[in-house]
Amino acid sequence: MAADIQKLVRMANQIATFFASQPGDTQAAEVAGHLKSFWEPRMLQALYAHVDAGGEGLSPLVLQAVGRLRQPA
Amino acid sequence: MKDFIIPGLDGAPAFSDRDYGTPESRSQKMVTLTIDGFEVSVPEGTSVMRASNTLGISIPKLCATDNMEAWGSCRLCAVEIEGRRGTPASCTTPVAPGMVVHTQSEKIRKLRKGVMELYISDHPLDCLTCAANGDCELQDMAGAVGLRDVRYEAPQGAPGVANHFLRRESDGTANPQWLPKDDSNPYFTYDPAKCIVCSRCVRACEEVQGTFALTIEGRGFDSRVSAGMAGDSFLSSDCVSCGACVQACPTATLQEKSVIEIGTPDRKVVTTCAYCGVGCSFEAEMRGDTVVRMTPWKHGKANRGHSCVKGRFAWGYATHNDRILHPMIRESINDPWEVVTWDEAITFAATKLRDIQAKHGRRAIGGITSSRCTNEETFLVQKMIRSVFGNNNTDTCARVCHSPTGYGLGRAFGTSAGTQDFDSVEHTDVVIVIGANPTDGHPVFASRLKKRLRQGAKLIVIDPRRTDLVRSPHIEAAHHLPLRPGTNVAVVTALAHVIVTEGLYDEAFIRERCDWDEFQHYAEFVSDARHSPEAIAMLTGVDPNELRAAARLFAKGGNGAIYYGLGVTEHSQGSTTVMGIANLAMLTGNIGRPGVGVNPLRGQNNVQGSCDMGSFPHELPGYRHVSQDATREIFEKLWGSVLDKEPGLRIPNMLDAAVEGTFKGLYVQGEDILQSDPDTRHVSAGLAAMDCVIVQDLFLNETANYAHVFLPGSTFLEKDGTFTNAERRINRVRRVMMPKNGYADWEVTMLLANAMGAGWTYTHPSQVMDEIAATTPSFAGVSYEMLEEKGSVQWPCNELHPEGTPIMHVDGFVRGKGRFIVTEYVATDERTGPRFPLLLTTGRILSQYNVGAQTRRTANVVWHDQDVLEIHPHDAEVRGIKEGDWVRLASRAGETSLRALLTDRVSPGVVYTTFHHPDTQANVITTDFSDWATNCPEYKVTAVQVALTNGPSDWQEDYAQRAERSRRVLPAAE
Repeated sequence: MAADIQKLVRMANQIATFFASQPGDTQAAEVAGHLKSFWEPRMLQALYAHVDAGGEGLSPLVLQAVGRLRQPA
Repeated sequence: MKDFIIPGLDGAPAFSDRDYGTPESRSQKMVTLTIDGFEVSVPEGTSVMRASNTLGISIPKLCATDNMEAWGSCRLCAVEIEGRRGTPASCTTPVAPGMVVHTQSEKIRKLRKGVMELYISDHPLDCLTCAANGDCELQDMAGAVGLRDVRYEAPQGAPGVANHFLRRESDGTANPQWLPKDDSNPYFTYDPAKCIVCSRCVRACEEVQGTFALTIEGRGFDSRVSAGMAGDSFLSSDCVSCGACVQACPTATLQEKSVIEIGTPDRKVVTTCAYCGVGCSFEAEMRGDTVVRMTPWKHGKANRGHSCVKGRFAWGYATHNDRILHPMIRESINDPWEVVTWDEAITFAATKLRDIQAKHGRRAIGGITSSRCTNEETFLVQKMIRSVFGNNNTDTCARVCHSPTGYGLGRAFGTSAGTQDFDSVEHTDVVIVIGANPTDGHPVFASRLKKRLRQGAKLIVIDPRRTDLVRSPHIEAAHHLPLRPGTNVAVVTALAHVIVTEGLYDEAFIRERCDWDEFQHYAEFVSDARHSPEAIAMLTGVDPNELRAAARLFAKGGNGAIYYGLGVTEHSQGSTTVMGIANLAMLTGNIGRPGVGVNPLRGQNNVQGSCDMGSFPHELPGYRHVSQDATREIFEKLWGSVLDKEPGLRIPNMLDAAVEGTFKGLYVQGEDILQSDPDTRHVSAGLAAMDCVIVQDLFLNETANYAHVFLPGSTFLEKDGTFTNAERRINRVRRVMMPKNGYADWEVTMLLANAMGAGWTYTHPSQVMDEIAATTPSFAGVSYEMLEEKGSVQWPCNELHPEGTPIMHVDGFVRGKGRFIVTEYVATDERTGPRFPLLLTTGRILSQYNVGAQTRRTANVVWHDQDVLEIHPHDAEVRGIKEGDWVRLASRAGETSLRALLTDRVSPGVVYTTFHHPDTQANVITTDFSDWATNCPEYKVTAVQVALTNGPSDWQEDYAQRAERSRRVLPAAE
């Protein structure tokens, strides 16, 4: 993995780790919401591209969140 | 009848300079008395002296002043009171109902004159050449009592009368009572020959500053003001050079060197300090366009007439020779700088930025707003980025300090700021200070806190280091929890565990004010045995019994307030700790009244303001997300441009994108990211990868080494505007001299924006404030006229809160119900191991500020001329390190060298340094790990190794060479 994507993977996983600790069943939505609110489009695109390339290192919650984000509104 | 405190009446303007002699009484009960025939009503407990002053009648005095308790030593303020014997001191005599006071009578006249005659008999009569000439209370009092001659002379032929001021007796022998002037402090002198031993300096040091560095040694005629222990000078004593003693001195005994050199000022302008987030109000005392001195303004609501060494004395950088006053450009960062006209520089910058956008897209450029600049300037920078650059790539230094506060408090309470004013500390019973070192970082607040602690409030310090607050004169923390860096969440959650499992929480508050379901969830979470103090002790290093006792004290000790700093936020779980702190406040019902609350101590003078003004890439002014159509519409309509609805890049993301090649141009106003941001190598790689870096600053800072355009900045003395401090207080900054570089910073931004087609026409910052008020609900009621009238105001200030909001969440949280958020501890990825077995944490020191660009260019370097590494003697011993040795500090990110200071202030396993000096570059060591929610860097935890070395590292030497090369300026063409 290139250094820059590694960093994004770590950041995304950190976000997922926090929301995974929260009660309820909205964790994936919360992670998606956080990414959408704070990540600039090229960061999101890089994350999507990494998911498309297999998503190495990403937590399942991030993968779910990315799935939600990419759903057509 | 004349009533008490009528601002603007009896000839006193709203912000009168009158010294009422003794402090205000807070009693609600009024007492009516008669003074010189006038009836007056004042609160019970008021002194006769103060009551008299409210009538506009000044009673002569020397030892009294209204920011400290009455002392009653000078005997000059004697009055007569009908029915009482003698001539009581009006400063120590409280008013009584029906009292009849005469402040002037033949008896009093004679008495005062006699007292003054004695004072003057031991005082040099060199008034004409004295630095305090025209600004001397002794001189004023001699006039006020009609002193015309001094009869105490030695008979002819006899030895002279004993005195302290003559160096030699008339027969040429040395006077044993004479002491030389102490000019060891760089900013003021102590001349014992002029001292009248009124004790005002000693009391100021104790009551106002709380350092207890001064005392009166000797008795009777031998009494002397003395700093520190025998043999100490002012500089070698504990004196922190706050200036309170100099301010208090009624004579020239303690005198600013600037006044000695220049003379007395001719006018005063009220303005706001440009150092830390306390935001002290000062009077810039001027002669012509030269600052003679800065003195704390007694009506300043943040500082209440107090100051620290930085604001009071360290303003010389404003006229330092290093200031760059002409714009400069260069094609490549390897070229020397070329001095050009403003027009050329702006055109060069604008063309480069537009070229980059044409080639790499609209989002390939961005900017960084300055937390040292005004609200108006910050507003304009983000406006330029959003409406002229056409993207949201704006960020500010809050990214690297309090962004987790914004996120954490926003989620818990619904608003991203501290809940209290600084006055609130006067009503606190228990204080938690976590991850903050206010005696160094926020000194004036620390003095106010220490005053409250001396009155009996209890203190809990949660910090890896034994900071001065833990134990210093007349202050001792009830509990110090010296946690291992990186374990804040575990400790805060354990405090909550004790409060919940021992039933110490405020159920009534929680039921009324918070989401009860969330509370139950949270209570269940924290009650789990794995969060108990005993369970986390191994991890955090905190004694479970101390932790339990601290939790009980905070929950049941009365009004509980939490003050925190960057030791909370600058962690991979910074935002989680902020939420944990909010949980603690809600659990114990400590929100919504004086004396309680959650109080982030903000770092820079206007970091609160820069956040409020929409500096973050995801938020428009007033913390409204860029995706909100209605909010964007407000600005689009006014600005006539379409705004991007996607969030922009944060500072670390900009640097990542630069390295990656998609981000090419950056406008940096008043911020030195190369020195202040983590992982210096990564920052320099990012900057070096850009095609156009524009730095606007006072000095060729470290970031400017990578810049293509340098636009000279202006100081806070050279512009109008506002700063917003940590208590959300909007304070005026006023121009006292013209910008030496030709333009205020807001004008420079406007030049650049207009060169890129903006068409802005502002002629004064007040117009920018009007635009802020028109677009941002929490500022709707703010205007310069209002600030003139009120002095300052705390946002939100609008129709609902026309007077501003000293305390937030009084009747309910901004978001409705307060939210309890589960705070699971997650260990940082930054871990110690065999290669890097120690944990480095970083911080500040009193005399230096941030990257030191300002304070390093003042005499403050006498207190701190280099960054040193604090290391525990055990850790030093096993490495063969002795005090003062050069040591190599290395992490996985880089290495640097500095000198070692052996101290048990840090625990074994922890080392500590500051980041004030570019030749140390502490941030070469820090890593790119960051807070999960905000990317705030994890400055406070870096795994390191320390070893003996011979001197500066290769990196430091290369860096110094590179910096020198980069600062070359071509000689101006003839």
